[in-house]
Amino acid sequence: MSDLDAFRSETRRWLEANAPDGIRGLPSSIEGAGNWGGRRVVYDPPELKTWLEVMAEKGWTAPTWPTEYGGGGLSKAEAKVLSQEMAALRLPPALLGFGLEMIGPTLLQFGTEEQKREHLPKIVRGEIRWCQGYSEPDSGSDLASLQTRAVRDGDHFVLNGTKVWTSYGDVSDWMFALVRTNPDVKKQEGITFLLLDMETPGVSVQPIKLISGKSPFTETRFDDVRVPVANVIKGIDKGWTVAKALLGYERAMIADAFGGSRGGKKKSKGADRGSLLVRLARKYGFANGAGIEDGALRAEIAQLEMNERAFHLTTQRSRDAARAGHKPGPESSLFKVYATELNKDRSEMMVRLAGAQGIGWEGPGFDDDELTITRAWLRSRGNSIEGGTSEIQLNIIAKRVLGLPD
Amino acid sequence: MQLVLTEDQELLAKTAADFAAEHSPVARMRALRDAGDETGFSKPLWKEMAELGWVGVPFPERFGGAEMGASELAVVLEALGRSLAPEPFLSTVLLGGQALLRAGSEAQQKEWLEGVVAGEKWLALAQQERSSRFDLHRVATRAERDGDGWRLAGEKIAVLDGGAADAFVVVARTAGADDDRDGISLFLVPAGTPGLRVERQWRVDSRNAASLHLDGCAVGGDALLGEVGQGLPVLEAVADFATAGLCAEMLGSMTEAFERTLDYLKNRIQFGVPIGSFQGLKHRAAECFIEIELCRSAVMAAVRALDEDSEEAPKLVSLAKARCSDTAIRVANEAVQMHGGIGMTDEHEIGFFLKRARVAELTLGDASWHRARWARLSGY
Repeated sequence: MSDLDAFRSETRRWLEANAPDGIRGLPSSIEGAGNWGGRRVVYDPPELKTWLEVMAEKGWTAPTWPTEYGGGGLSKAEAKVLSQEMAALRLPPALLGFGLEMIGPTLLQFGTEEQKREHLPKIVRGEIRWCQGYSEPDSGSDLASLQTRAVRDGDHFVLNGTKVWTSYGDVSDWMFALVRTNPDVKKQEGITFLLLDMETPGVSVQPIKLISGKSPFTETRFDDVRVPVANVIKGIDKGWTVAKALLGYERAMIADAFGGSRGGKKKSKGADRGSLLVRLARKYGFANGAGIEDGALRAEIAQLEMNERAFHLTTQRSRDAARAGHKPGPESSLFKVYATELNKDRSEMMVRLAGAQGIGWEGPGFDDDELTITRAWLRSRGNSIEGGTSEIQLNIIAKRVLGLPD
Repeated sequence: MQLVLTEDQELLAKTAADFAAEHSPVARMRALRDAGDETGFSKPLWKEMAELGWVGVPFPERFGGAEMGASELAVVLEALGRSLAPEPFLSTVLLGGQALLRAGSEAQQKEWLEGVVAGEKWLALAQQERSSRFDLHRVATRAERDGDGWRLAGEKIAVLDGGAADAFVVVARTAGADDDRDGISLFLVPAGTPGLRVERQWRVDSRNAASLHLDGCAVGGDALLGEVGQGLPVLEAVADFATAGLCAEMLGSMTEAFERTLDYLKNRIQFGVPIGSFQGLKHRAAECFIEIELCRSAVMAAVRALDEDSEEAPKLVSLAKARCSDTAIRVANEAVQMHGGIGMTDEHEIGFFLKRARVAELTLGDASWHRARWARLSGY
């Protein structure tokens, strides 16, 4: 038996022995379902608390992080085995969030030893929930034009300005933010990346209501907020490099969530027969007997499924190449734009298939699945805006991959 | 399934790319066209490719082959696709040769495959008909018993390299109605058989193609390939194998057309700047890049699924062909548009990529045919 096989059976045994009852099959998503930790966390069901504790104890909430910062110290191959075994037992992730997906990897890359020891273990244990202070009312796609001012005052910076599109700003404990420390140089060269406690005096948070009716984002204001200079990552005016690296982690997270690269694994026989779109087509009367009668609709559904499959094969190709020791290929640059466009197409198709049942807002006559279809469609329109619009992604591909001139 | 080239495959890809660059510039294909060459490809160059072992890639060692798979053939075809090389891999190796390999008797195989692998004999598959579109089961050509042998009657179109073939695998109906799945048989008919007339056709890609007119063409009992009436499953397997190979060729051609267009975008100056600095063109170029990358993944998956004999292979082949068909056309259209006026001239090579893309799209099923097949194989 190979080491990996031994690790697999050991992991399976441990999970079966330690995962509490009552958490199997619970949902988790980038849209907020699941356990995101933090000071204000509510464990629902309460077994999620035990689950987090036993997993964090082993470092398996951040399986590949080094053990000295509380991580699991696993290789990528072992981490994959762990996630496969969790999926096989239908166990949800013990912890989700931007700490694990965004600021954690960034700190590992750029943080000082002291910063890593201070923040990473708290992320692993789910004690601190992080949010992102990037966009501003006048700085969207042109992120580097951001204007939130940070003025030095002894060993502190004093912050004034406004951040928007702060995901879950109202339930987060700490923020990683981009601020302007020098307004007199090229815009990318006067930006600093820093960490701040959301409980610092002068920080205020307002939810933003979306077209979907939900408020997953907030606006965050800073009025004379004092942040220690020690909270700067990489160096004053050196924040743009850190910012771009973190955006890379963010895009990978979004691509993974919406493209579902996990879907790349082999499906069981006949799985496509039960594909969600086809099931909806049957449910809402487009199909009788063997197939979908409307040939144009059948072609559209096939096209969507085929696009999805080709995308999953591409993420697999990227992983296989990495495992074979190749440098990341140009294909990884397409993940964010393609995954989000695909998710929009899919969401739209679901509304169209549901027809009159897909446009309900609330109240009688619509079941929960139908209302979810409607709200998910409206929410999905933002997928190709957040984390860098599709247009920005295409600019990046044109410049960095294709070498087209500015 | 690992979607990454092995070291051997990388080496093969490099050898093929170097060979194509040295011996097969696009200008060679232009010269064949301008000469009105009846063969449409180069027999000496084919012989060289055979000596390099490429022609024999998917054939057993006992016929001189390398006994490798679609994955290896794909890297060769991709490299040749870049140079629009018109050599008859599709007709001789992937269609005719595979039909013989999968359905032929030992005697039939021995008679033909050694010559094929040696680069000295050429085969073609005569399957498509005027009213069959891409459906393999729609066969109106009839074969009737005639003593110990058979008598064939009907017309075949789009017989690839039919004008150069030494023998044809002819698909004919021995029983049933024109669109029955049963009752389809395969016959090996040597060129020059009385009652067989081969008419060389000229298509936009200037490769060799022919129509076949079978007018009471008499063949012996030993001309039958495989079982009477059981030809369709063989045909389907052959078509999947050949389609995957064609996709690899298309991948090479579209990549080349795209890279040439990128060069043009970087070097063509208008309004005092390279036209590639305009966002209207950048975004379209980036979208082409994305589509090509997705094609590459689909093609790699399709050939590996075939080599692993995966039950998913037919779906992955349809995925690859649908994507490659759409993307080849999109990239070729964009290539001509972005080249502007010069792209419309016969003098410039980019137009050849547009012409080949269209022919490849309409060979072995276009995108909508393969989408419908995907849906059918998925149970809807």
